[in-house]
Amino acid sequence: MIALILILVLLVLMIAASVYAVRQKDLLYAVIATGIISLILSILFYLLQAPDVALTEAAIGVALTTIIFVITIRNTERMEVENDKKNNTKSAAK
Amino acid sequence: MKKILVLLLLAVVGFYLAGTFFDIGFGNSHFVKNDAIKPVKDIYLQQTVQELKVSNAVTSIVVNFRGFDTLGEVTVLFLSVTALGSILYKKRHHVGERSVLFSASSIVTSGSKLLFPAIVLLGAYVFIHGHLSPGGGFQGGVIIATGFLLMLLAYENYSVSHNGLSIVESLAGITFVGVGLLGFMNGGTFLQNFLPTGELNNLFSGGIIPIIYIAVGFKVAAELTGVIYTVLNEKGEQNG
Repeated sequence: MIALILILVLLVLMIAASVYAVRQKDLLYAVIATGIISLILSILFYLLQAPDVALTEAAIGVALTTIIFVITIRNTERMEVENDKKNNTKSAAK
Repeated sequence: MKKILVLLLLAVVGFYLAGTFFDIGFGNSHFVKNDAIKPVKDIYLQQTVQELKVSNAVTSIVVNFRGFDTLGEVTVLFLSVTALGSILYKKRHHVGERSVLFSASSIVTSGSKLLFPAIVLLGAYVFIHGHLSPGGGFQGGVIIATGFLLMLLAYENYSVSHNGLSIVESLAGITFVGVGLLGFMNGGTFLQNFLPTGELNNLFSGGIIPIIYIAVGFKVAAELTGVIYTVLNEKGEQNG
């Protein structure tokens, strides 16, 4: 029973983090949110008795993917910009 | 004319496919038509413990029963790493130094230095004990790669030798395929076990499974470290 409640709470947290990641305009925060999704997912895998998959998810999803996204953001743009807005600001700058 | 030929070919293939599928009754399992034949999962679970002497059923399926698929997965990872390297290769020459916004504090550097051996040890433990405990070559390799990532983030001048990485990776790949080819020795098939299986729950058990998983661990670690190193040294246009 306690495990079921824990799983439900974790699932709700996962959905909240996914919605946050989609809605957030600052891509750095969005990437951290996706990392949190992977972290909760690996805990869920562990609770559902799949420790092999939990290890993979923890190592790849939480650490590697997040870091590669962060490096990518550092090399490109941090804020998400709407397409037409971006064109406007560029033409205004010219 | 060509279209008619294609249609004819499709009709013939479809006819025989449909014939095969209609032989299986709807809703029946293909494997349990009569009670004398066991479902494939039972055979896997039985052979894992009794013949292969492996305590982790996931490992025995991934490396032994589905070993050829694992070779395919390793190839996919290798190809994607190669593609990434070939895309980012052009710019590397006129970039040189890694772009650093601010250098890491002494707490970060000494903490990384302290944690790095522990992380590598954990990764090695995970892939050496792949047939005894959860985890395996892929997981262990990724854990080792995160250790190198920590060092690369903490030290600006920390560099990994690309030649060393490619040598480790090639040797690991050759070991995997070579051990697989040795299965032909006794008239067996590719990746068939040819070593004594030993005792259940011992470190030296499972025949070729630990050898292959150690090779996979080294290969994945080398590939992912190479990816991180290449991406970190790629300097884009800084905006602001």
